[in-house]
Amino acid sequence: MSPDPEQMTLPPDGKPDSEQPAWRHDFPVDWPQDHYVARRDFTKFMVLTSFAFVVGQVWIGAKNVLRRRAGLPPVRRITEIDSVAIGTALKFNYPNKDDACLLIRTGDADWVAYSQKCTHLSCAVVPEVSRGCLNCPCHEGAFDLRTGRATSGPPRRPLPRVVLQVRRNDIYATGLEVSPS
Amino acid sequence: MNFPFTRDQRTTILYGILCIVLLIVVLQLWLLTATMNAYLGADDSIIWPATGVSVCCLGLNTGLLRYLYRIERSEP
Repeated sequence: MSPDPEQMTLPPDGKPDSEQPAWRHDFPVDWPQDHYVARRDFTKFMVLTSFAFVVGQVWIGAKNVLRRRAGLPPVRRITEIDSVAIGTALKFNYPNKDDACLLIRTGDADWVAYSQKCTHLSCAVVPEVSRGCLNCPCHEGAFDLRTGRATSGPPRRPLPRVVLQVRRNDIYATGLEVSPS
Repeated sequence: MNFPFTRDQRTTILYGILCIVLLIVVLQLWLLTATMNAYLGADDSIIWPATGVSVCCLGLNTGLLRYLYRIERSEP
């Protein structure tokens, strides 16, 4: 095998190209070859990034399968009707113990409940019943109190809405409605 | 070793391939963010089609990289 005619720098041991260790090909001395190897390795890294994106897509798919298997959220009693005054809110957890939600009493028989996680970056939203909105203090996002839709700031998706049911003197959470943007 | 392309030619090919790979990776990034947004909004209709497109993009990128290594090693 003849030596590479484009190799400007000869190896110090003077042996042919095929007998050189692999690392000498990856760390060339002359600039044109070094530029070539650097850009080729960058391309390789980009292909690895491409693989990482595929892994991310598959991960989302797997999460979706698990979410479907989990089935409908449970029916859970939140509180007594009389324990929440008009214009105030009560924090509760639904459907899991780590999922913070807000039950807000807007009128005598008017209730709304939303997930407390902002749909932008999951900060806790703060209800402002007098202004008819829920505010996210992190990035000045705001959601409409009646519908849960994003009205200003960075959030695009509405807050997940907890489906409520009044039974006698108690109020129950019976489901979670998540809407696209 | 004899080369079908000179190093300058291979560098030009490499730049072309790198541009295509970068464009495809940006497309995959967009796909991932759009899929995540749809998933968080409970819209699961695009998850598997988007995954399929992303896998195709990975296949294209891998093919281009293999071609790059092949022209380095191939005989004329």
